[in-house]
Amino acid sequence: MADLSVNTPATRLLDGPSGKRKRARFTPKRIMIYGALLLVSFYYLLPLWVMVMTSLKGMPEVRMGNIFAPPVEITFEPWVKAWAQACTGLNCDGLSRGFWNSVQITVPSVVLSIIIASVNGYALVNWRFKGSEIFFTILIFGAFIPYQVMIYPIVIILRELGLMGSVWGLVMVHTIFGMPILTLLFRNYFASLPEELFKAARVDGAGFWRIFLKVLVPMSLPIFTVAVILQLTGIWNDFLFGVIYTKPATYPMTVQLNNIVNSVQGVKEYNVNMAATLLTGIVPLTVYLISGKLFVRGIASGAVKG
Amino acid sequence: MLDTVPPVSSALDDISVSIRDLELAFGSVKVLKDLNIDIHKGEFLVLLGASGCGKSTLLNCIAGLLEPTGGQIFIEGQNVTWAEPSERGIGMVFQSYALYPQMSVKSNLSFGLKNAKLPKDQIEKRVARAAEILHLGPLLDRKPGALSGGQRQRVAIGRALVRDVDVFLFDEPLSNLDAKLRAELRVELKRLHQSLANTMIYVTHDQVEAMTLADRIAIMKGGVIQQLAAPLEIYNTPANLYVAGFIGAPPMNFIQGALRGTDFEGIINVPMQGYGFSAAPKDGAVVFGIRPEHVLVNDAAASCAVQTRVVVDVVEPMGADTLLWCTLGGDEFRIRLDGQTPIRQGDTITVGIDPARASLFDKETEIRL
Repeated sequence: MADLSVNTPATRLLDGPSGKRKRARFTPKRIMIYGALLLVSFYYLLPLWVMVMTSLKGMPEVRMGNIFAPPVEITFEPWVKAWAQACTGLNCDGLSRGFWNSVQITVPSVVLSIIIASVNGYALVNWRFKGSEIFFTILIFGAFIPYQVMIYPIVIILRELGLMGSVWGLVMVHTIFGMPILTLLFRNYFASLPEELFKAARVDGAGFWRIFLKVLVPMSLPIFTVAVILQLTGIWNDFLFGVIYTKPATYPMTVQLNNIVNSVQGVKEYNVNMAATLLTGIVPLTVYLISGKLFVRGIASGAVKG
Repeated sequence: MLDTVPPVSSALDDISVSIRDLELAFGSVKVLKDLNIDIHKGEFLVLLGASGCGKSTLLNCIAGLLEPTGGQIFIEGQNVTWAEPSERGIGMVFQSYALYPQMSVKSNLSFGLKNAKLPKDQIEKRVARAAEILHLGPLLDRKPGALSGGQRQRVAIGRALVRDVDVFLFDEPLSNLDAKLRAELRVELKRLHQSLANTMIYVTHDQVEAMTLADRIAIMKGGVIQQLAAPLEIYNTPANLYVAGFIGAPPMNFIQGALRGTDFEGIINVPMQGYGFSAAPKDGAVVFGIRPEHVLVNDAAASCAVQTRVVVDVVEPMGADTLLWCTLGGDEFRIRLDGQTPIRQGDTITVGIDPARASLFDKETEIRL
C-alpha cells in the first residue's frame, strides 16, 4: 500500500515537503563558532574591564590588588583628576589642555588631508595626464619609507618655515604623511565607479570641480567615512610626531597622557592613569562605533579593487 | 575660437556630421584608420560591428570624449575636433544609462542646463517638454534607483533631449534591457526620431536594431568601414564577404568554387545569368553566397534552373518560420522556410537557387563581383 500511495499526487500533497527540515538550533558547529567568538571577545575585553574598574576605585582599594573585582565604593574622583588636575611638567590642569590641542591638530589635519587626497585620487583616475602613473607610483612609494628617516629633515623644513613647535606645523606633517594611503584609497574607489558617469557629466558640460562635487562626492560617502576614521584614529593616536614637532604648550593628548602616566615623582595613581588612558582612547572609539557599518562597506568597496 | 573656423562648404549644407580622415591610435595600436563619413541632417546612422571593431571609439571621438590622433570632425559646419563635449551640440545616451544616482530625475535632466547657466524658467520649460515627450511626468521626483530599466533609459534619452542639440549619440542604449523591453524601446526610439528629426548616430552590435532603425548602416571591422549603405542594400548586395556573413541570421550560405565565363562551378554549378556583375566577369576562384531565406525547396524549386538534392539534418521550428540545417559538399547549408512546412528530419529535399538573388565574391580580395 505504501508503494502505491507515495506515487499518487493527492497523498504527496498531504505529505508536505519531504526530507528533514533544517533546524536553527545549537548544533555542535554553532557551539564551536559561538564558543570561539565568546572566548576571543573575553580575551579582548578583559583589559578594558580592568581599566574601567580600576578607574572607578579609590587608591586604598586599588592597593588591595583585586584588579578584576568591581569597586566596592564607586568614585569618579580619578576621572575628574585626570581631566582637570593631573600635573604634567609645570601645568596642573590635567588632560583637558591636551584634549583641546589634539582637537586643534586633528580636525584640520583630517579635513585637509582628505580634501587633497580625494581630489588627487579623482584626478588620477578621471583626468589622466602625461606621467600620471609615474606620479602615482612615486606617491605610493612614500608609504613604504619609514617615518624615522624623515624626522630630522622635517625638523629643518619646519624650522625654515617658522612652523616648528606650532600646531599648524604638525597639521602640515600629518597632512603630508596621510597622502599616499589616502590617495590610493580614493583612486581605487573612484576607479570602481562607472566611467560612463564621468563621460555623461562631461557631455552635460560639467567641468573638473562640478563633476567632482556634484556627481562623484555625493556617491562616495562610504569611502569618505573610511578616510575620516583612518585619519582620525591615526592622527589622534599619534605620539611620535606630536612629541617631536610641538612644544609643551601645544602637546597633543597622547603626549600629555604619557607625561602623566610615566611621571616618576610621587605616588603612582593607577586609577588616575587608567581614567586618563580611557579619556584619550574614547574619541577614536566613539567614531568607530558610530560609523562602523559605513566603514566596513567603504573598505569592501574601495580598497579591494586595483 | 569656434567662430573663426570657416564652414566646410556651401555644397555640403545638408551635412550634419562630417568625419575626415579620422585616425585614433592607442600607442602603436590603430583603432581607427583614415575614416571618412558624411552624415546628413536628420539621418539615423547606425554603426554596426562586432565588439572591438572601433564603433564605440568612433562615437566617443564624435562626442569629444576621446581625442583623435589625426583627422577632423565637423558638426553642423563647425570644426569641433578639439572642442569640449559640451560645446559640440551633441547629447549622448550610454549603455549603462549613467544617471547621476544621487539626483532626482528632474535634477538629472536639468544638470546640463544648469551647467550652461540657463535661466530658471527656461530650464523648467525644457524639462517639462522632455518629460512630456518621454512620459516621465510622474517620475520627476524619484531617484534613478527607484526606476525600472526602461524608465532609466528614457531618462537618459531625456537628458540628451533637454539640451536641444543637433546630434544625438547612442552607445548601445538598449543592450542592458531584456528582449521584450528592447523591442518596445526600439519602436519608441524610431517614433522619437520621426518626430524630432534630429541627426542620430547609434552604435550597436545587434543587427536587428541596425536594420530596423537605420536610414544608413555603416558596418565596421578593424577600425575600417566595410560598407555604408541603406539597410536593404546591405542585405541584398553586401560589399564583401565579411558584410555578407555578418548581416542575416542565420548567416548566408557560402560555397567555394570557380568562375568560368559567367558560370559558377563548385559542388553545384550555377549559370549566373541575371546576376548584376559590378565589372566584366573574370575567371578565377570565387565564393558563391546565397541567403537561407532565398533558397527554394521542393515544389517552389521546380521552376529553378539550378537544382540539387540534400538531406535535412536538423529541423528548428520557430513558429513564424522554420530553419533546416543540411550538409552540402561537406559544408553546413542553412535554409529558412515558412513555419508551417511539413518537412521532417531525415527527409531528402530538392533545393533550387535563383542566381539573381545570390552574391559572388572574389576569393582573394573577398570583394563582391
